Amino acid sequence: MTELFQQRIREAAARRSPLRLRGGGSKDFYGNAPRGEILDTRAYAGIVDYEASELVLTARCGTPLKEIEAALEAQGQCLPFEPPHFGAATFGGCIAAGLSGPRRASAGALRDYVLGVKLVDGRGRLLEFGGRVMKNVAGYDVSRLVAGSLGTLGLIAEASLKVLPKPRVQRTLGFELGEREAIEAMNRWAAQPLPLSASLWHAGRLCVRLSGAEASVSAAQRALGGSLDEDRLWESVREQTHPFFAGAEPLWRLSLPSTAAPLAGPQLVEWNGGLRWLKSRAPAAEVRAAAAGAGGHATLFRSADKAAGAFAPLDPALMRLHLELKKAFDPQGILNPGRMYAEL
Amino acid sequence: MGAAVPLARQRDVARALRAFLPERAVLFEEEDTRPYECDGLTAYRQLPMVVALPETEEQVRRILQTCSSMQAPVVPRGAGTGLSGGALPPGDGVLLSMAKFMRVLRVDPLARLALVQPGVRNAVISEAAAPHGLYYAPDPSSQIACTIGGNVAENSGGVHCLKYGLTVHNVVALRGFTVDGEPVSIGGGAPDAPGLDLLALAIGSEGMLLVVTEVTVKLLPKPKCARVIMASFDDVQKAGDAVAAVIAAGIIPAGLEMMDRPATRAVEQFVGAGYDLEAAAILLCESDGTAEEVEDEIARTQAVLRAAGAVRMAVSRDEAERLRFWSGRKAAFPAVGRISPDYYCMDGTIPRKRLGEVLTFIAEMEAKYGLRCPNVFHAGDGNLHPLILFDASRADELERTEHFAAEVLEKCVAVGGTITGEHGVGVEKINQMCVQFRPDELELFHAVKAAFDARGLLNPGKAVPTLARCAEHGRMHVRGGRLPHPELPRF
Repeated sequence: MTELFQQRIREAAARRSPLRLRGGGSKDFYGNAPRGEILDTRAYAGIVDYEASELVLTARCGTPLKEIEAALEAQGQCLPFEPPHFGAATFGGCIAAGLSGPRRASAGALRDYVLGVKLVDGRGRLLEFGGRVMKNVAGYDVSRLVAGSLGTLGLIAEASLKVLPKPRVQRTLGFELGEREAIEAMNRWAAQPLPLSASLWHAGRLCVRLSGAEASVSAAQRALGGSLDEDRLWESVREQTHPFFAGAEPLWRLSLPSTAAPLAGPQLVEWNGGLRWLKSRAPAAEVRAAAAGAGGHATLFRSADKAAGAFAPLDPALMRLHLELKKAFDPQGILNPGRMYAEL
Repeated sequence: MGAAVPLARQRDVARALRAFLPERAVLFEEEDTRPYECDGLTAYRQLPMVVALPETEEQVRRILQTCSSMQAPVVPRGAGTGLSGGALPPGDGVLLSMAKFMRVLRVDPLARLALVQPGVRNAVISEAAAPHGLYYAPDPSSQIACTIGGNVAENSGGVHCLKYGLTVHNVVALRGFTVDGEPVSIGGGAPDAPGLDLLALAIGSEGMLLVVTEVTVKLLPKPKCARVIMASFDDVQKAGDAVAAVIAAGIIPAGLEMMDRPATRAVEQFVGAGYDLEAAAILLCESDGTAEEVEDEIARTQAVLRAAGAVRMAVSRDEAERLRFWSGRKAAFPAVGRISPDYYCMDGTIPRKRLGEVLTFIAEMEAKYGLRCPNVFHAGDGNLHPLILFDASRADELERTEHFAAEVLEKCVAVGGTITGEHGVGVEKINQMCVQFRPDELELFHAVKAAFDARGLLNPGKAVPTLARCAEHGRMHVRGGRLPHPELPRF
């Protein structure tokens, strides 16, 4: 099957004809508009290796993310970065998109859990980087580089991730707080040894999730106070089924230093203040300037019009490095061209 | 590279640097450059043509521009504690010491970030963060000496990585220059920087892609409490199985280390850590967190270890005892240094389930090469540090040691692991890269290098072997492990 991927990519490279790498299509909306002939990865599916005591799961790109999560669940384990599905997500697409969910601020991002990949590059070569072990510094860290690269460097045919035991107990606490106070509280709490695993502020209410052993969760609950809230909240935010996300207004994903002061506009704040969802019809340049002014950057996440580019522009030095890397992996520029930046 | 550099070239490069650096910041007399001839891998030595000691970013930029325009190789160096020869100097170029970049520029306790210069020592970051109840998690055993810049270059780990990650998990931004002196900033205080994850690429790149001048690290809240279990096993394999059992039980200890009897005996003479010297192997298993959490986890871990065949267990009763239990593990390398004139530290990582097989293999290699090899492991993440004892003054012992090490590393690859978990490839393991990677993959590494440094001036010849070199190494195997030209320095 990987031979078929290799062949397709070699042929496309020979014709210099763009390919659109695609799993379940659940993130078709993400990034700039996809173009090229679809290369569907779903047929290459299945968990290759998973042993709970090794904390490593290896699977093929087309494996439904649901199937991965069910296999982990059966062993009391999980993907700690809680990736969003947004539909019929595949394993490969999940890694290529690089998106992390509510637990990111405490457990780390998707890329933090990537241990190795099998990659078909833009010349159709099947390459392996990293591996199935926790620590590996042989060669450049190409596995993490391709996480979140939106298929611009290669087709992730197979990947190995570090997994972790599921927290034994989870509890969600709610507090009535304004945005400024909530941001301050989230950061202050995150600087204390508390078993916090997620945070969220929206419309005057701060929610935090505690995860861990019963004893420590209960102790933290006593220390923080607040009222019990529903655990389902986190999934609704992760999958954007929460009412905040409804409607056709452009949705911006602002990455900011967690302590940045509140910005104007209707927002839902996650990751102790590091991630702020904003609904705004303001011109892209204005939103991007506000984010940059606060020390961060803005991604146009969902919008009918992405003419302004989905991702914040890179400075010329970084763009030059991106172009050189693209050339190294995909010299003909056929893999998901333009999906991340028009130039790539 | 052994050949002497023409004095005229040395003079020209030194003079060009002196145009903007003070006299004391440009060294070229042998008595001044001698201290830089090697890093922690002392088996490899090379006098640098010139040593430059900048103090400002602007000086770093000009050094790089100057070297670039003169086609002189540049090798960055932190404290020189690296174990793979990553900072081995260029005989025909400039060793760029970042030792004067020693300032902690900012600690932001609310955002839990610290901005530091690359020459800041690892342990100093935690000291600077301590008043706020915070610390920097990665703790390589050289942490009192090694610098954060070196940690970034090597993606250093430590004894707590299973739970808290490596350098790549704990650094959020870098600032520095490409070899041409072009400034670059990657990552940032905000999560998920746009574009490709250049931060992941730069960290662990062994100083071959960028010269780093500022590092922003994550700080974590210091756990309120930590306790460590010392568990004894009468069989090394049982100890290995116990590690898997702990993890299978859903426990992620803050640290999970294993030492075999030769290692504990060497250490005990040196520091008196209170280890069980009758045990074939001991495990050190630490829990940290709130007092409630630790109590709960220690009890569960003890139950698992008992079921896995631990013959004795002791739990640290106070902080002093906890530190004493760890002191032996942290002093393992110097302790071994005391019982043998020289030692060679390996760094392979394997899937934990193959531990028994690899240990048996190491024992066979001890017999084959007639050299002893105590073992210490970061057992929780499968990272082995077998220490081959040898005496470099004896004929062929270094060579036998290198063959021993090569066979063990190649075994690590064969069982699905890697030749280096945290020490880096440098010059030391460059031949084994040919075993772990195929030509296409090595070619891609070279292309990545060229994307940052088209002329190959930054730390040339390290970490990624040329295909020609691998072809030669391949023939070496056919000949049964004899180096083709043992008299040549291996760069």
